[in-house]
Amino acid sequence: MAFVQQSSPHAHRARPTSRVMLWVMIAALPGLFAQTLFFGWGNLINVVFCVAVAVASEAALLRIRKKPIGFFIRDNTAAVTGLLLGLSLPQFAPWWVSAVAVISAVVVAKQLYGGLGSNPFNPAMVGYALVLVSFPVAMTTNWAEPAMLWGGAPGFGETLATIASGQQTAIDGWTMATPLDEYKHKITTRTASEVLAHPTFGDGIAKGWEWVNAAFLAGGLLLIGLRIITWHIPVGFLGGLILMSLAFGNNADLYAPLSLHLLAGGTMLGAFFIATDPVSAATSHQGKLIYGAGIGILIYLIRTWGNYPDAVAFSVLLMNFAVPFIDHYTPPRTYGHHKPRRGVPGSQG
Amino acid sequence: MNQLWDFSGGIHPLEHKDISTARPIRRCGTPERLILPLQQHIGDPAQAIVGIGDQVLKGQKIADVKTGMGVPVHAPTSGVIESIMEHPVPHPSGMADWCITLKPDGKDQWCSRNPVGDFHTLSRDQVLQIIRNAGISGMGGAGFPTDIKLRPPRDRKVNTLILNGAECEPYITADDMTMREKADEVVAGLKVMAWILRPERCVIGVEDNKPEAIAALRKAAEGTQTEIAVIPTKYPSGGEKQLIQVLTGMEVPSGGIPADIGVMCQNIGTAVAVAQAVYQDTPLISRIVTITGEAVHEPGNFEVLIGTPIEYLLEQAGVQQDKLSRLVLGGPMMGYTLSTEAVPVIKTTNCIIAATATELSAPPPEQPCIRCGECAEVCPMELLPQQLFWYSKATEFEKAEHLNLFDCIECGACSYVCPSSIPLVQYYRFAKDEIRVQRAEQLKSDRARERFEARQARLEREKEEKELRRKERAKAAAEAQANKQAEAKKAAADGEAVDERAAKSALVEQALARKKAKAEASQPSPAGQPTAEKPDIEALEKQLSQAQSKLATMQGMLDEAKAQQADNVEKLERAVAKNHDRVKRADEALTEARNTMATRPTESQSTD
Repeated sequence: MAFVQQSSPHAHRARPTSRVMLWVMIAALPGLFAQTLFFGWGNLINVVFCVAVAVASEAALLRIRKKPIGFFIRDNTAAVTGLLLGLSLPQFAPWWVSAVAVISAVVVAKQLYGGLGSNPFNPAMVGYALVLVSFPVAMTTNWAEPAMLWGGAPGFGETLATIASGQQTAIDGWTMATPLDEYKHKITTRTASEVLAHPTFGDGIAKGWEWVNAAFLAGGLLLIGLRIITWHIPVGFLGGLILMSLAFGNNADLYAPLSLHLLAGGTMLGAFFIATDPVSAATSHQGKLIYGAGIGILIYLIRTWGNYPDAVAFSVLLMNFAVPFIDHYTPPRTYGHHKPRRGVPGSQG
Repeated sequence: MNQLWDFSGGIHPLEHKDISTARPIRRCGTPERLILPLQQHIGDPAQAIVGIGDQVLKGQKIADVKTGMGVPVHAPTSGVIESIMEHPVPHPSGMADWCITLKPDGKDQWCSRNPVGDFHTLSRDQVLQIIRNAGISGMGGAGFPTDIKLRPPRDRKVNTLILNGAECEPYITADDMTMREKADEVVAGLKVMAWILRPERCVIGVEDNKPEAIAALRKAAEGTQTEIAVIPTKYPSGGEKQLIQVLTGMEVPSGGIPADIGVMCQNIGTAVAVAQAVYQDTPLISRIVTITGEAVHEPGNFEVLIGTPIEYLLEQAGVQQDKLSRLVLGGPMMGYTLSTEAVPVIKTTNCIIAATATELSAPPPEQPCIRCGECAEVCPMELLPQQLFWYSKATEFEKAEHLNLFDCIECGACSYVCPSSIPLVQYYRFAKDEIRVQRAEQLKSDRARERFEARQARLEREKEEKELRRKERAKAAAEAQANKQAEAKKAAADGEAVDERAAKSALVEQALARKKAKAEASQPSPAGQPTAEKPDIEALEKQLSQAQSKLATMQGMLDEAKAQQADNVEKLERAVAKNHDRVKRADEALTEARNTMATRPTESQSTD
């Protein structure tokens, strides 16, 4: 009788990559729900479209690269990339903007670098940054005006038609600058109270946005609870942003207040869903804290003194560059050793 | 309650321990044949001290280690030595090794035992000798000779003696059941070891999933200084380094031993064996083994004679051959699969899992690493498993070593949690083996280079010396020539008639001078000359005996190499053939010399 020959361990815990990715998607649903509730159908349509394009381009590239298509599609990673882009892009972004973002994410940033696990940069953010730089008009003018789904927001058919029409800019009455954009450009000439009177801020911090961010925060906490992500990157991310804001932004008449930084942009989506992409993030706990903090600090710098009102994509990409450097200097101290062994063989850092 | 510490990482796999704890320890019985490997411990293999056909008694020493590190092997029951041959032994590679096969006679007749009344009357060395003679080596898995472990380096004082009853691996319950049923012996063994080591603290560490064992130990240890430390259940808390960390908060330095920080760990089973050896003069001839898994009807723990084939043991537990898909020796985390049931139970065998195909299913295909870091989260050694994986896969061993590859204890926690089901431990084993091989090769090539360089230097030196001698000879010849010419000139100047005879004699003289110079140059020791003139029987005899002894050693080496299937067999064969020739030549020379002597005895007498 021939017995199975296998190297130890013989027991495994079954939570494969595909299920991890599925949980990421499930955890993002509250955010998507809030987006739809407060900004209409745009994000939902974008998500469906982006996921479809992502999976199709992944399949096409796998075919070209002669890799087993079913095996890799089933890991759900392409779907997550599509989902993240659908959640991040403006609600009325024309379809071709979304398509360019998704295709460059999956094809260029992921597959051309060697596929799953080999990409140095966060694919979704590569796609986002590319379209933000290439199509600034489409990317800044298509943000939906906050309006409840059942009161005032454009209907599903109208939204779909607008996106499908491929117009650079959507109908004026439906769209509005994002709160961060509004604040950034108006605060130079007005006081904080004057700026905050604009309808985009509503009665609270930033109408609709605060709930969307709260929903992504809840989803993120679920991911931490499920041990799919660790707390290090989000804490570093938010900590960096908060510290920068406390240090420099205490005058609301000059700079956006902390509450806006945390709840008005893509902050929570970035902190829990985007920066935590394991492939392109730092690996050790210490490294993750540094990596997250770097993103938070860069976000503040770019939002405050840079050209872009929201800066998650650029900050994440810049810190992706720094990951090998961070990893190099932040190995953990191994049991039985006095200090961590940094650097490369032959050099004790 | 004493303070406990935590170790980083760790996992909580499904325990499956209740499968084998429902029944008390059963006796396994005596199989048709017992197969006793000569090497069941770390160190040098034992050598058989009985012959085929010998009648042996239960407990009789049948193999021992004469030189080097190791412990003897004893007959688990009385019977006849049937054979000494190679047989599959428990090893991940499925290799065969030398084993003594004992055919039990069914009488189970003990050899004479002389238990000491009170071991306190003996010296420590005597007690350690008893432990060694009982053939005890660590029963937790590694099989390190216990008497040697109990003799820590002189400059290391053991302050804390730990008995490892954590048994953190799923399925295994051998230590658990031993503690439940033999708690007195566990404590007795601990007392003996404590008497040898005189530690300040004795602790038995048990995971909190073994309440019965804890209660039994508490009762047995009542009134003693022994602590029963109940530690949280988390794999691998039973790893020596992890248990030390949990109980003392200290870390064993990398590359060091626990004694470096004043700690020693011993296994529960080892303590029982020590107690039996010291109090009853009973050698290690049986042990508790867990037979478990869904492919056996009556799983549980058995007291098994060392050498019992696993096949027999499985039958006792009611194996269902049709369901059996994977046979694991040890636990599901660190054990290895067996390719045959013919291997025997040895001193380190603690568990056999007869698993069905669904129970321990094949892992899904390996996917790319997504750097999720789950592996680093669970690594109890705080390594970077994914970096080690990349470097191992890319055969960048230097980098893997730099990231402390050799601190990996191969507990398997990383592979267990990997969402991409990458067999990480397998990669680390591969890398470690490759590095070991490379180191050995490096050593070999270094030696070869040194040899080569030394040879080159010698050849160079000899060449120079030769050249020097040649120059000296040339100089002498030139001088002789010059002298001769001067003489001839002088003679011519003197106006003497130069006749042919004179010229001839000059030439002869010249030739003689040359020859003399040459002889002087090539033979600096003229003392050796007379012996060369006639055959020296003694020298030749010596030469012959030397050649013969060399041939014998070469033959021995060849046999050994053949037995081990070493790669230098061919070379040795050539060497043996050469030595054969040498012996033959020496023999011929001797015979010839004797003949010569016989023909001219007077001459030899005269020289004597």
